Formats: sequence, structure tokens, C-alpha cells
Amino acid sequence: MGKHGSLLAIFVLCVLLSVPVLTIFSSVFDSSDGVWQHLVDTLLWSYIVQSLQLMLGVGVLVLLLGVAPAWLVTMTRFPGSRWLEWALVLPLAMPAYIIAYTYTGMLDVAGPVQGFIRDTFDMRFGDYWFPQIRSTGGAITMLSLVLYPYIYLLSRMAFLEQSVCVLEVSRTLGASPWQAFSRVAVPLARPAIMAGLALVLMETLADYGTVQYFGISSFTAGIFRTWFGMGSATAAAQLSAVLMLFILALVIAEQWSRNRARYHHTSTRYSQLPQLKLTGWKMAGALVYCLVPVLFGFIIPFLQLAWWAWDTRALVDFSAFSQLIINSLRLAFTAALIALILGMFISYAKRLQPGMPMRTATRVLGLGYAVPGTVIAVGVLIPFAWFDNSLDAWMRAQFGISTGLLMSGTLIAVVFAYIVRFLPVAMNTMDAGLGKIKPSMDDAGRSMGLGPFQILRRIHIPMLKGSLLTAALLVFVDVLKELPATLILRPFNFNTLAIRTYELANQERLTEAAASALMIVLAGIIPVIIISLSISASRPGHDKRA
Amino acid sequence: MRKLFLSMFAVSALAAGLSAGCTAQAAEVNVYSGREENLIKPVLDRFTAQTGIKVNLITAGADELTTRLELEGANSPADLLLTVDVGRLLRAKEMGLLQAVDSDVLESQIPAQYRDSEGEWFGVSLRSRVVVYDKERVNPAQLSTYEDLADPKWKGKICIRSSSNIYNQSMTAAMISHHGVEETEAWAKGLVANFARQPQGGDRDQIAAVAIGQCELAIVNTYYLAGMINATSAEQREQATKVAVFWPNQQDRGAHINISGAGLSAHAPNRSEAIQLLEFLVSDESQTWYAEANNEFPVRAGVPVSATLQSWGEFKADSLPLEQLGIHNAEAVRVMDRAGWR
Repeated sequence: MGKHGSLLAIFVLCVLLSVPVLTIFSSVFDSSDGVWQHLVDTLLWSYIVQSLQLMLGVGVLVLLLGVAPAWLVTMTRFPGSRWLEWALVLPLAMPAYIIAYTYTGMLDVAGPVQGFIRDTFDMRFGDYWFPQIRSTGGAITMLSLVLYPYIYLLSRMAFLEQSVCVLEVSRTLGASPWQAFSRVAVPLARPAIMAGLALVLMETLADYGTVQYFGISSFTAGIFRTWFGMGSATAAAQLSAVLMLFILALVIAEQWSRNRARYHHTSTRYSQLPQLKLTGWKMAGALVYCLVPVLFGFIIPFLQLAWWAWDTRALVDFSAFSQLIINSLRLAFTAALIALILGMFISYAKRLQPGMPMRTATRVLGLGYAVPGTVIAVGVLIPFAWFDNSLDAWMRAQFGISTGLLMSGTLIAVVFAYIVRFLPVAMNTMDAGLGKIKPSMDDAGRSMGLGPFQILRRIHIPMLKGSLLTAALLVFVDVLKELPATLILRPFNFNTLAIRTYELANQERLTEAAASALMIVLAGIIPVIIISLSISASRPGHDKRA
Repeated sequence: MRKLFLSMFAVSALAAGLSAGCTAQAAEVNVYSGREENLIKPVLDRFTAQTGIKVNLITAGADELTTRLELEGANSPADLLLTVDVGRLLRAKEMGLLQAVDSDVLESQIPAQYRDSEGEWFGVSLRSRVVVYDKERVNPAQLSTYEDLADPKWKGKICIRSSSNIYNQSMTAAMISHHGVEETEAWAKGLVANFARQPQGGDRDQIAAVAIGQCELAIVNTYYLAGMINATSAEQREQATKVAVFWPNQQDRGAHINISGAGLSAHAPNRSEAIQLLEFLVSDESQTWYAEANNEFPVRAGVPVSATLQSWGEFKADSLPLEQLGIHNAEAVRVMDRAGWR
């Protein structure tokens, strides 16, 4: 297979993986019985405003929580900074809907915190002020607390990969440490930060669990309300298509604003990062700043879950529970491996052939992440069921054999949905990594007689080890947390930890749901820590003993 | 390179291997259940123990399952569709996803009001949507009907969950079928004006909000309160003691009723086993279990209810044929949208 054959194969693969997204788009041509008119008359505007508020709030908050701590733990030393380096990633293991349940359990009007206030000061509800957890602000906080690690990870990766020379040059030109950060390091890390922000915003738009629990009329909540309440799957798919167009516009706008600027390393000389030792109030400030996201995004909800799980331990059936753990891990592992391989080929093909068809195909593919899992699931169900039923009809007509549903209702459909939904996470991470490798490296390789795949294997993969591992583990953790697509596509008698948690929480039994919620978090911690450590080790010239 | 392709191949083979489950030869029945696993599995296990028929189960939202059933078409493995409200069963029937069952057992055990006149779906348990009030601050003599909850005397005193919730949609649909769209819209506007807070949380949250004094009344399903009375958490039990149940509309149409129910899938591959399971769901044994474990009302007369439900006394149920709830569901959502009920 020549270079063009391989590229064509990858292009076809992209198209295949885009089928669910295209299926949803195709709904635009169906009629939806006046549902749109009703939406325009009543809630459409408020859906849009709510979603924009969420995106804006989450966008600002994750940048605040993610970028500066990444810089601080990379470039400075203060008590606890070694520990914070990986601890800052921990909230990634916490699904948004679970952190929302947990904080609501603690902070809602009937929760222990407000109860304590009422008992201690002998007050009734309304005698005191307390922030409303189930609000837009609450949802922004919850989503930001679990999503900022994307920003943290990608910007830390970028800071680590930056050549120290650039920073030293900026200092010799008279820049203060703050200016080195804000005027050199951050702009250089911009592609990575933007890639992280894109992931965060897409995840925010796709979120249904948290907004539904908080009673927020976001665009996604509107999709489901239209589908379930009015029985209009068509209008719901059309709303999803609008959502995707919006994302597409954002992605294009971001790329356009970067214009033709490219951020490659200008030097391949690396040395151990000179980490500044902080003292006094600077030390205290850095410590507090970095501790806040970990404390609220992980430690507090984790302890609360552990407390609840201990309280309800008598209700846990351990043999059924271990099966749930195995199922969750197996799915996550399979999906991560496939996403890693496909993502690498596609990202690399895009680099080799940055022409229009490949760009369009990968862009459509990338939209999967912004689409709520349930909608993706329907986008998977439709073509799979069509294929199975057509094959069955043909086999019956030709050979009198019924093949039934070959792939629908199997784990293949489930894993396919995961790939459609989470491949963009892997690709974004790899693109950010690949983008920093100068094209002249490829040219050098080629001039030495290497083929494209040899360049990938011998030049890019070794340089990208950190990015590749991160991509795979991000998918792993995302699948572990995934709920809606698994719920609707899975085969008979097959459950995961996320499903168990959701079913109990849905019956408003939060304390009983804690045991399985805790397991999701625990299963996610190990890969999350590996991601973090591997990124530290990914810096060229990293001293293993340091 | 070859290694990568090999591992890719191995992974797909692994995935294929994972999927090659459930091809047992023994008698079995496949259930798509909108009821969560822990609320249905015990009954299904007993069915298997008694009949030797294996039950395969998928649980998810009823809307998602209906969509899946529709897309899978004639080759769908599903035999039974279980839902926790009548609206979804009716929608499945309208989409042609169910088929009629002719069973003397089902027809004699289930009152006509709680099953489809054409035999395509059957109620298996009942729940009522009632008013729960603060025993300290509300004099139950002031309470009368659902309609009365829109009266300005309750301004700022009512807690209820979002209108995205199917139970609120059904309650509003019942209102439409009794009073028409216009009157219902006026009622919904009045009710929204009386909200103590923006709708949020589930039914248990509404009860808790009454218990701590954020509102005086909440509109909730009966089994949620029963669940709190019997909760493992001492805090929930404590909250439940502060409230009491009021059965609305006892002088006229009766309290709003909904069912959990089931229908036979149009292309059910295991038809006779599925009907056996349906009949088992209305047997004495399952009906007692529903009443005891889930605090729901049995659909059959004469089956004892749980002690908690007994303590709330007898009540008059709305005799509206439940088909009406499904017919008016979409209109109910539009009415609530227009009333600003979030």
C-alpha cells in the first residue's frame, strides 16, 4: 500500500467514523410538526442564553484554575509542589454528575451544612443567606472543578516542552518573571491551551447530567425535553445539529484568529528547568492557589463519597460489584487502545495531507465530542440497525438464513460510540503535540530516505510519547465516566459502575450510589496519576533521578 | 507498523468476542425496562426460579429504549417493554411497537381503567401524585384540590420539581383532559406564580424543602415519601416525620394516578414466555413484593399494601382512563413551557 493508498484508507475511516454525526445532521431535512415554532415562541432563546452563560463561566473559571497552577508547579518550587504536580489532575477522575450530586447533598437547603447553621444559631430557612447550589453559578462551578484538568494538563505539557532558552532570552531582555509567563510562555502554549479549552467547552455543551440535576434549561436540556416530552426525535436531532454547527463555527473562529501563526520550537536544546524557589507570601500564595482546585475538585467530594459509602456498606453486593468493575475497566481499556491507534493515524495523515478533504473529514469527526452521549448513541443505532436489517433481509432472500441483529446491541456498537465521542479528545491532544514538531524535522527525515511511516515511527512517536500516553489515558478515564451511550447501546445483562451509580442516584438514593461512584473515581485515579507523572517525565532531557 | 495493525486486529477480535454473549438455547425472555435494575430484578429472579425461564434485562430511560426498539425493527430481540408511566406505553403503542395480548389472567386481574382497551399494554403497579404539607404550618382544612393550588393564597409556598419530569407532565395532561387546554394553562400560570423557588431536584428534595421550611407544600409521588419514612439515612427519616400526606380532590374526581406497566413487543421472539412473565407480574406474589419493597399500590384489588401506605388511609383515585395522559402529554409540555414552568 503506497502513501496515497494509506491516506485514502484513513480518509475512508474518518468518513465511516463520521456516520453518526452525519446521521444527526441529515435530520435537518425532516419535518418536525411545528415544534420549532413552539420553541422559538417559548424557550429557544433562553436555551441559547443559558448555554452561552455556562460556556463563558466555565471557560473563564477553567483558565483561572488550570493555566497558572500549571506554570507554578512547572517553573517554581514551594512546599507541596511536587505533590500538587500530580494531585492537580485528580479531579479528572470525578464525573461531573457525581460531583454535582455530592455537593448538592452537602450544601442544599436540607443538607448537613445548612442544617448545622440552622441548629447552631437556632434559625429557620430564610433567616440567613446561603449560596444556592442548584443554579447556573453552581453548575459552572461544578463543571469547572472537574474540567480544569484538561487545561492544566495540556498547558503543563506545553510549558514542559518549551525550550528554556526562549524564557531566558525574555529575561535577558528585561522581562519580569510575570512577563515571561504572560508574554512568552502563555502565547507559546496557546495552541495547547486552546485545544484544552475546546475540549472543556464541548464537554460543557454536551453535559446533560449536571444541568438536568440542577434544573438548568441549557441547550442540551432542551434537546432532551423536546425529544422526551414532545416525542419529537426529529426536532431533538435538529437541535443537536444546530449545536454542532455552533461548535464548528467556534473551532473555525479559533483557527482563523491564530491566522497563519505557527508555534514551533525554535531550538531543540533543552536543559533541566531552572525552578525558582518561592519564599514568604509568594510561597503561601502559590500553595493556596494550587491547593484550591484540588481541595474542592477532589478531596472534599471524595471524602464525602467515602463517608456515604461507609455508611451504606451493608447494602453492597460485592460479587456483583466486582463484575461492574471488570466491565467498566474492560470497556475503557479497549476504547482507549483503539482511540490511540486511530487517533495517531488520523492526526498524522492530517499533517501529511493538510488539504481540504482531510481537514473537513477530521473536523466533522471532531464534532462528536460536543454531542450529548444519548444523541451520539442514536446516531450509532440508526446506521447499525440499518446495516443489520439490510444484511438480514438480503441473507434471507438469497440463502434463507436470518442473521438477525449482528452488531446492534453488542459491545461493538458501544465501543464504536465511544470512539466517535472520545476520538476528538485523543486527536486534540496528539495534534497539539504534533503541531510543536517542526516540519523541517520531517524534511530532514525524508531527505535521509525515510518513508512517511518510518518518520512517524522513528521521529514522531518517540517525541510524542507523552502526548500519546495522555491521549489514551484521557479516553480511558472518559469512558470510565461515560453514561448515556452505554446505557442505551449496551447488550442484555451488562452493567457498568457508571450505570449503577446513575440508577441509584436517579432514585434519589445518593448515599447508596456513593459506593459505585467512589469506585469510578478510584479506578480513574491510577491512570490519572500515570498521565501526570509521564508528562513530567516527557520533558526532553528530564533527569529521571531528579 | 505491522505490530500496530496486529494489535488493532487483536483488539477488534477481542471486542467481537465480548459481544458473543447471550446465545443460550434454554427458554428465555428479553426485557427492555425503564425501571431501574434494583427495582425490578428481584421479581424477575423469582420468575426464573419458579419457571426456569431466563430473563435477560436492559435498563435505561423508557424514551431511549423505545427509540432503540423502533430502530431495531423486526429483528429486535426485545419481548417486553416495561415503563414507569403510562405515557411512554401509549407512545410505543402509537408507534406500532407493541402487539395485543389476549390473556384471561390479565383481563380478570387488572381493572379496565389500568390497561389498554385493545390489550397492548397493562398496568402492574399504581402510584399517586399527592400534596405533602408541613404539619406545623399548614392546616389541612385549607387544602382541597390540585386546582386550588393555583390560588394566590399559596403564593411563595409551593415546591415542585421541573416540568421536564414525566410525573408533572402526566399530572398536567390529566388536568387538560378534565378542564381543557385554556383552563389548564391558567392553572399552570397560577401554580408557577405560587412557587417558593425555581423547580429543582427530585421529589425527595421537595419533601426535604418542606421539612426545613423553605416551602409549605410539595407535590410528590407517594412512594418517595414512603421511601424517606423507611430510609437508611436517619436524616431523611427525621425530615419525613415533619410532613403529612393530603389526598387531593377527594370530593370530586379523586387523586391523580399513574401506573408502571408493560407491553408485548410487536416482534417479540419469545411471545409465550413474555406473556407468562406479564401474568407473573400481576400474581399475588409480585404484587405483594411491589407493595412491600417499592411502596407502590398494587394494581389488583385485595392485595395488602405496606404498613406505611396503610397509615395514610384509603383514598379515592381519579377514574380517568390512563390513555388520556398519553394523548395529552405533548400538549401538556407546551402548556408548561408557556406558563414558564421550568
